[in-house]
Amino acid sequence: MASDNIQVSQELSRVRTQPKSLTLRISRFNPKTDSGKRFVEHKVPYEKWTTVLDAILHVKNNYDHSVAIRYSCRQASCGSCGMKINGRPRLACFTKISELNSNVVTVEPMDNFPITRDLVVGFERMFSTHKKLKPYIINPESEITPGTKEFLQSPKDVENYIQFANCIKCGLCNSACPTMATDSSFIGPQALAQAYRYVADNRDKGKDERLKIIDDSHGIFRCHFAGSCSQVCPKGVDPAMGIQLLRGYLLGFRS
Amino acid sequence: MSKVDENKKGIKGMADPRRYGIERVAYLLMRLSGLGLLAYFVAHIYETSSILQGKVGWDEFLEITQTTEGHIILAIVIGMSVFHTVNGIRVMLGEGGVGVGRPARPDYPYTAQSQNSRHKIAIYSAIVLAALAMMYGLAVMFGE
Amino acid sequence: MALQSCLVNKMRESVIMKIHYGTALASIALVAVHILFRLTQGFAESLQYENVLANYQFLPYAGMLEIILILLSIHGFNGLRVILIELKQGKSYEKSVTYGCIAAMTIVILYGSRTIFMTSMGMN
Repeated sequence: MASDNIQVSQELSRVRTQPKSLTLRISRFNPKTDSGKRFVEHKVPYEKWTTVLDAILHVKNNYDHSVAIRYSCRQASCGSCGMKINGRPRLACFTKISELNSNVVTVEPMDNFPITRDLVVGFERMFSTHKKLKPYIINPESEITPGTKEFLQSPKDVENYIQFANCIKCGLCNSACPTMATDSSFIGPQALAQAYRYVADNRDKGKDERLKIIDDSHGIFRCHFAGSCSQVCPKGVDPAMGIQLLRGYLLGFRS
Repeated sequence: MSKVDENKKGIKGMADPRRYGIERVAYLLMRLSGLGLLAYFVAHIYETSSILQGKVGWDEFLEITQTTEGHIILAIVIGMSVFHTVNGIRVMLGEGGVGVGRPARPDYPYTAQSQNSRHKIAIYSAIVLAALAMMYGLAVMFGE
Repeated sequence: MALQSCLVNKMRESVIMKIHYGTALASIALVAVHILFRLTQGFAESLQYENVLANYQFLPYAGMLEIILILLSIHGFNGLRVILIELKQGKSYEKSVTYGCIAAMTIVILYGSRTIFMTSMGMN
């Protein structure tokens, strides 16, 4: 009956919880005009499914549209929204407020990257270091010229490198790395893992070239297997594994 | 061209082991124990050179080192060497690719294979063995 | 110094780190023997002048001490070099850290060797 339906919907609205709210502290810093970082706090409502990116965009939409943030896909595949959330590098779109177990969420730009503004950092050094490691298949043969055939690769061959190909260049690993905290010349876990991605690919013949590049005083041996890069990687790339497997070639554990 | 501020976290970032698990703690302890052992090594080389001054010189140095403070310092050195050795073996094997897992297609929740229980157990074992060695050392030194 | 400079310039980091690991493994066993020697007689008694002198004059033990000295100096000062070049970068800084560590290593080895040779030959 209609009166039963009204009673049920009234009960449901009593049971449905009101959205909770949290304090979102956003780091604000414009290197062109400000002398140092400052934190601005906003009260933001959140549900069980609200991500940190949603919360920041809520602030942009309702309180302060000048907050600078880089984001795009909202689904952890573009790597744009990397930032430090409650002291640990994470993707804002991939981090739910509910998993932080805190009523205060502090968002800051990633460490070890130059700050462009607020939460946006510069990726020039990471990309240029990545390019130095020759992130492409090096093979004197070609699949393209007439008379040649395609490179063959079995599913087992693909398993050897596919996890390292998942890298979305978000930079969280470089931000978490303890060596990157002090060493400006260190290649970094992202580039080293990508070097292994190509060395492990059976189509590639550039292993010796890449090993020569990383065998440097600020190369692979400045990694001390702290593992923080793998702890923060959102895509399961496990750069620490790639780096140690790559180092095995230089130490003689693998040939 | 002006230098870009890399926003590096610096020594504080390198030395802060919070939020990253026991592996990061082991990294910090490895550095601290290494520096501590180097300092002790240099002091030990200097200290033992007193034997060239004969029994008088040697006994003078023994008076400084065979004290409560000296024994406590030596116990700390024992702990540092045991931790540095055991963890060093773990790091050497890990850095050669031993015990870090095999590459595989990653799937949600994307747990890193290299951060596995084998390495965590090795780190905790290093800490426990260091503690046991320190206790044994203290028992020997203060037991006499 | 010229030889050392050549070695430093030509030595790849992988070779330096293989030496670092090799010295570590070799010194584990030898340092264990060195420590066990102090536990055979009773710790305090083993540190008495006469007993220490007897150890030095036992040539295989003196030889072992010399090897430990060289191994641990190389391992320790290379570790220090690694920590220092990670803390700050720059061509002249890194060169001075490298040469400084080599110099410190050489001084420690020479000073310790002096103690071992003179004591084992009864010159104390």
